[in-house]
Amino acid sequence: MATLKELSKVEERFVGGHRLCAGCGHGITVRMILNAAEGSNVVVGCATGCLEVASTIYPYTAWRCSFIHNAFENAGATISGVEAAYRALKKKGKVKEDFKFIAFGGDGGTYDIGLQSLSGAMERGHNIVYVCLDNEAYMNTGIQRSSATPTGADTTTSPAGKVIPGKQQPRKDLTAIMAAHNIPYVAQTAINNWQDVHKKAKKALEVEGPAFINVLSPCPRGWRYNTPDIVEITKLAVETRFWPLFEVENGKWKLNYKPKKYVPIEEFLKPQGRFRHLFKPGNEHLIKAIQEEIDSRWLALLERCGETPELPPR
Amino acid sequence: MTQYGPLNRNLGSGTRTKAVRSDMKWHELTRAGNIYEPGNANSYETGDWRSIRPVWNKERCINCLFCWRYCPDASVIAKDGKFEAFDYKHCKGCGICAKVCPVNAIDMVSEDEIEKVKEANKDEN
Ligand SMILES: Cc1ncc(C[n+]2csc(CCOP(=O)(O)OP(=O)(O)O)c2C)c(N)n1
Ligand code: SF4
Ligand code: SF4
Ligand code: SF4
Ligand SMILES: [Mg+2]
Repeated sequence: MATLKELSKVEERFVGGHRLCAGCGHGITVRMILNAAEGSNVVVGCATGCLEVASTIYPYTAWRCSFIHNAFENAGATISGVEAAYRALKKKGKVKEDFKFIAFGGDGGTYDIGLQSLSGAMERGHNIVYVCLDNEAYMNTGIQRSSATPTGADTTTSPAGKVIPGKQQPRKDLTAIMAAHNIPYVAQTAINNWQDVHKKAKKALEVEGPAFINVLSPCPRGWRYNTPDIVEITKLAVETRFWPLFEVENGKWKLNYKPKKYVPIEEFLKPQGRFRHLFKPGNEHLIKAIQEEIDSRWLALLERCGETPELPPR
Repeated sequence: MTQYGPLNRNLGSGTRTKAVRSDMKWHELTRAGNIYEPGNANSYETGDWRSIRPVWNKERCINCLFCWRYCPDASVIAKDGKFEAFDYKHCKGCGICAKVCPVNAIDMVSEDEIEKVKEANKDEN
């Protein structure tokens, strides 16, 4: 495992001057992923979302590599097309160098509108890495709920008020859906653990064939927490088992981190404005239901990973 | 560790993507809106978004580079594996670097305070 001392010597490929909000998780995630590509040539494509909109405002690009612009719903199709063209050109000897292909999409662009495009790209077996930057809502258009939005979150299309207490449905488990494609590499990670992100990005880039990484990439604007606290908030997501770290390598599930003790979900919810209404008196049952969902998903995950299905000690 | 490859480097001619003015006609823009200089967003300064500024204390710094790792704006410049400087042209003042620093070697200081000090110094001269 490379040290930060070594990694800081790798050429920066996502430069300052992009227009993401101050403290946006996407800037951190993208820098970590591209840093793990080290010296390789990379081609990046993005689904429309905060990252694409903020990093490619004409006539500027924050990408110090090849970048292909496309729409909201087709990052998977676009990057797989570019990869197929590259393979054809390489065969004809028209391209000499090696390239890696990375697509970034938000949760809206990945869990929802881009899902069929992504699923096709994965099933066809292109040599690509798809990274989902999950901030749990459609942030770029003003915080609408997506299928990645957690139960109870207040968004503009699941507004917490007299009628409903935030989003009604549970989250979709996209990482498991991607694993069901039986591709060589699928992983879930979070930026609080930079070594985990780095290792997974490296594996995904090195593996022959399609790879998918789901990264929890907080949005201070949409989550309404104190901007400097991004690492702490992400760590709480992992410690409360809201966002487990795991990978599926050639069909084999592996848990990468096991919290030492039982941290109740309140710890993750409390610092965030989008969950504030859950702490009003009379709403205890809502938090209890969220906790039950987390615990049952955790046990199911442990089972899949071949571990003893038990909750951490309290 | 190798640097990024030759094809990427040659992408930019450095002259083809002009600054955009509101009175420009479509044919004055690059074809298909292509941008030929990788990373030219660097010439767009976001430093004036900042209301608080990170200030580095050399004596306290242990060069762990967590600040470099967690800056969303690539505004912690590292050199030879050590903290070198903040890039105030792009730093947006989010405060993440100060928060992740394990030894409190980064203080977040109000830009207004810095302005006041500058003004005061001017008056003295
Ligand atoms: C077909 C289509 N529908 C809607 C939009 C408007 N739109 C642009 S970005 C966006 C939300 C992106 O959300 P997400 O993918 O989660 O990325 P985030 O901004 O949260 O990182 C929407 C709805 C669009 N560009 N194209
Ligand atoms: S709205 Fe959220 S995701 Fe979008 S740029 Fe701002 S902080 Fe990042
Ligand atoms: S995080 Fe603090 S100690 Fe580490 S390099 Fe940055 S300033 Fe120095
Ligand atoms: S305040 Fe934020 S943008 Fe500025 S150097 Fe620190 S982490 Fe980077
Ligand atoms: Mg999103």
